[in-house]
Amino acid sequence: MPDDATESDNFFEPSSLDRRPGSARFIFNLIMTVLAALCTILAIIPLVAVLFYVLFQGGQRIDIALLTQLPPPPLAEGGGLGNALLGTLIIVGIATLISVPCGILAAVYLSEYALGSQLTQTIQFATNVLSGVPSIIAGVFVYGLLVVTGLTGYSAVAGGTALSILMIPTIIRTTDEALQLVPQDVRFAAFGVGATPSQCIIKIVLPAALPSIITGIVLAIARASGETAPLIFTALNSSFWPSGLFQPIASLSVSVYNFALVPFENQQELAWAGSLILVLLVVITSIVARLVTLQKN
Amino acid sequence: MLLAMIVLVVAIQAWPAFQTFGLGFVYQPVWNPVTDTYGALSMIYGTLMSALMALLIAVPLGVGAAIFLSENFIPLPIRKVLIFLIELLAAIPSVVYGLWGIFVLIPLYRPWASWLHVNFGWMPLFNTPPVGPGMLPAALVLAIMILPIITAISTDSLVALPSDLRQAALSVGASRWRTILTVLLPAAISGIGGGVMLALGRAMGETMAVTMLIGNANQLSVSVLAPANTIASLLANQFAESRGLQVSALMYAAFVLIIMILVVNILAQMIVGKIRAKYQ
Repeated sequence: MPDDATESDNFFEPSSLDRRPGSARFIFNLIMTVLAALCTILAIIPLVAVLFYVLFQGGQRIDIALLTQLPPPPLAEGGGLGNALLGTLIIVGIATLISVPCGILAAVYLSEYALGSQLTQTIQFATNVLSGVPSIIAGVFVYGLLVVTGLTGYSAVAGGTALSILMIPTIIRTTDEALQLVPQDVRFAAFGVGATPSQCIIKIVLPAALPSIITGIVLAIARASGETAPLIFTALNSSFWPSGLFQPIASLSVSVYNFALVPFENQQELAWAGSLILVLLVVITSIVARLVTLQKN
Repeated sequence: MLLAMIVLVVAIQAWPAFQTFGLGFVYQPVWNPVTDTYGALSMIYGTLMSALMALLIAVPLGVGAAIFLSENFIPLPIRKVLIFLIELLAAIPSVVYGLWGIFVLIPLYRPWASWLHVNFGWMPLFNTPPVGPGMLPAALVLAIMILPIITAISTDSLVALPSDLRQAALSVGASRWRTILTVLLPAAISGIGGGVMLALGRAMGETMAVTMLIGNANQLSVSVLAPANTIASLLANQFAESRGLQVSALMYAAFVLIIMILVVNILAQMIVGKIRAKYQ
């Protein structure tokens, strides 16, 4: 902290209002501003570095074979991640089927039926805490619930359930926010012409909030498709094409993880290509979602 | 409801291990599947240590960036783009950070780590030769991953402060940084604290990037260059091929992790809720 007391000596002289570049507080301000700018730059550098390497290393392997062929055995050339891509689509599809109805119904209940009650606040608190639960715990939970008990075993269904646990808090939160943005007048108008509460919600409020709800769902899907931890011991992995919903299934993120840890160059290249697909998915959906919200405001 | 179910299922599965090891599980350092002896001390230490080291790096950077982005140093449109870019950091899947850490960060880090070991090897922090994966690279990547949370929440709580505060400070002759350091930061401290707690919870539960970088050695070492392990990466590594009591011991470890993270998260929620109540 600089000593500002010296500056008040000639406080009533007009010259005391001048900007003195040599003064202690001027230099202190300059240094702090530069430090803060440096922090910002340092915070951005990793993003640039990660994106650059993923584009550079992964871009070399983007071709049709990547999307259509099975992963190669160690030391073999070529190959692709076709089964992992299809597996990710299936697992995320299952997760979406589970989490979208659950999430939207919960949010409708929270904001339309029970707004402001003690129960709502408790549930919102729980939802916030749930969104802080690490993804691996979702995997452990599903492992204990479905895999160990033999209900599904290692399977696409177990993987999808684990992902849906991660998606539900996001969907509840974004839907809740979207519903609260619908003006109260719209609801009064619907009730005024004799609509029942459920008619009002299904025909008036939900359609009005639909664009924001869809944005939230798409973001949740994009995040879920990059998740690895909950899939390692629920969906497991497989080197073949998916053979059923109750069989172990490959996914992009788990394939990237496995191929990153092997010493074979061909598979490492595939890991980079797989990350490129994941990163593109997340980055593009984030930018599109941002543009959509900007347009609305 | 779902939350209670998660805690319940994990607790039920952990019961056999709880009966066998009792509370000693938490402070026993040996994890040996061959003899069916399990203790999670080194993993609990690794979890806390890696998360705290990541905070140590990320908090100054994040708060500094938040100050820069909440003041009018640069035009608003550029600030908005920068904020979006930092939020994008949070969206990149953690397995990609892990991949990047293995092939880019560790080769970069190795000469520095050797230098640290050669010149500062007398300090317990650096007294093991670096082998590549270890506590320090894992903490570095963790810091990158929690940086967006700290920056976003700190920026929000700085922007949410009433402008009267700033104007009052400026009008009595405080310079810009005097205003920031003595008025704005103290006023926003509970919001920033909440963000830091959330980031701590995230860092403790982060799995993939840590698993790929920390070396997964169930040992207790003070050195930050030595490989270590966290609860989350222990789970990721051993679950798929474990049987019997080991599954139960892993569930017990997961249960410990859940409790740790729930405590941190609930504290964070309460701190963040407090600042909202104060200024709205």
